[in-house]
Amino acid sequence: MSDNQTLIKVENLQKHYNGGAIKALDGINTEIKQGEVVVVIGPSGSGKSTFLRCLNLLEVPTGGSIFFEGVDITDEKTNINIHRQKMGMVFQHFNLFPHMTILKNMIIAPMKLRKKSEAEATELAMGLLRRVGLEDRANAYPSQLSGGQKQRIAIVRALCMEPEVMLFDEPTSALDPEMVGEVLEVMKQLAKDNMTMVVVTHEMGFAREVGTRVMFMADGKQVEEGTPAEIFDNPKSDRLQTFLAKVL
Amino acid sequence: MDLKRRFISNFLTDDRWKYLWNGLGVTLKVTFFAVLLGILLGVIIAIVRSTYEKNSSSMRMGFGKMILVFLNFLCKVYLTIIRGTPVVVQLMIMYYVILASSTNKVLVAILAFGINSGAYVAEIFRSGIMSIDAGQFEAGRSLGFNFVQTMRYIIVPQAFKNVLPALANEFIVLLKETSVAGYVALADLTKGGDIIRSRTYDAFMPLIGVALIYLILVMFFTWLVGKLERRLRSSER
Ligand SMILES: Nc1ncnc2c1ncn2[C@@H]1O[C@H](COP(=O)(O)OP(=O)(O)OP(=O)(O)O)[C@@H](O)[C@H]1O
Ligand SMILES: [Mg+2]
Repeated sequence: MSDNQTLIKVENLQKHYNGGAIKALDGINTEIKQGEVVVVIGPSGSGKSTFLRCLNLLEVPTGGSIFFEGVDITDEKTNINIHRQKMGMVFQHFNLFPHMTILKNMIIAPMKLRKKSEAEATELAMGLLRRVGLEDRANAYPSQLSGGQKQRIAIVRALCMEPEVMLFDEPTSALDPEMVGEVLEVMKQLAKDNMTMVVVTHEMGFAREVGTRVMFMADGKQVEEGTPAEIFDNPKSDRLQTFLAKVL
Repeated sequence: MDLKRRFISNFLTDDRWKYLWNGLGVTLKVTFFAVLLGILLGVIIAIVRSTYEKNSSSMRMGFGKMILVFLNFLCKVYLTIIRGTPVVVQLMIMYYVILASSTNKVLVAILAFGINSGAYVAEIFRSGIMSIDAGQFEAGRSLGFNFVQTMRYIIVPQAFKNVLPALANEFIVLLKETSVAGYVALADLTKGGDIIRSRTYDAFMPLIGVALIYLILVMFFTWLVGKLERRLRSSER
């Protein structure tokens, strides 16, 4: 596939709560192309998580459309489960399955959903574990791992489904500072391997270094969008300038 | 001397101990299968109820929501009726009304006590499901599991582990509760003691014997549950 094919197209996306009293998303329009790393930044409550969670319909939008590989996934007739298999998601609090070993965490979805044999799924999982340096923890349980290790596992668990896009919601926010680096490193590697990524983060260094595009959100709207250089070195709107002054 | 004579006449003459022995078998059988049925019913009801509580407000109006609302209503009716009437009455209705044509009393008792137990297991299990972090459900769905798969592989196993001691307690409660099975002339442990009493005209020996057997069983299972709880706690990583 060529590098600039549109993977996700978002049209006038809205998410209202309490009958429109809260507009968590207020008309978002964007396109995410193959291989892009879109970093979403913005103040707390601006709708970043809501936007990300709408992309795989963990939140059901109240208006607008989302096209994934050309299919309108907000259409009620679309089987969202099929599409979610191609959209990996990494959460702030890891959400590993505590009753399963690391390996089981990784192979259960490929086995049950993609009908892979245990051997096949295990081989893929072990390969990924090696890549993040955790192959010796395959038979451990999540509670036996550090936060950084848990998040690296969460990333490779999602990768086991061989997704087209990876969604990250503040993947390093729940980590002790000394563990942030190891997770960002895995994400950087992923970007280098040309994975399409949408990342909500407060790590401005990561946004600048790895992002191909930065989206700044406030009050449920995308206030400014551009390359990292445009956003960080040449912010146009007052909102963005104020925001950057606080976080940089 | 007198006690010895009474012991012999109540338990040994005509192999009367067999009433207790066979009755014990019936009691254990009814309790075991009733708990299984109760768990099956309880899990289904708990899933319906907790799904309704967690999702109904955010669901789109449509076929799925209509089914959920209907199922939740059915469950509520069931819970209200079962918890609002005595188990003996339920047992008698099952035997004399619903399954009046059945001669299998053990089956009738299993159904009546199982359906009764389901209402209590449902509440135990509902609290177990509600105590699982919402992130677990989201992680399952984000991998592409549908609702039923997420419940089956991710939520229910964790909830089950959380409520295992409470389920084991339900078994102990039911073990004692089935003692009213004599109302439909089922020859359980209690009834066995009663039959002996009607033969020997001695109330003390057979009833104390029955009480002792229940007590020993309950103490044994309580000890087992305690052991189980300690093991679960130590495996909590
Ligand atoms: N279930 C809900 N009911 C009502 N309002 C909600 C609900 N979920 C989110 N909101 C509101 O939607 C807005 C956007 O929330 P969201 O979580 O997307 O923000 P965010 O940018 O991710 O913030 P943070 O940086 O704190 O994670 C907030 O004002 C929030 O209060
Ligand atoms: Mg957020």
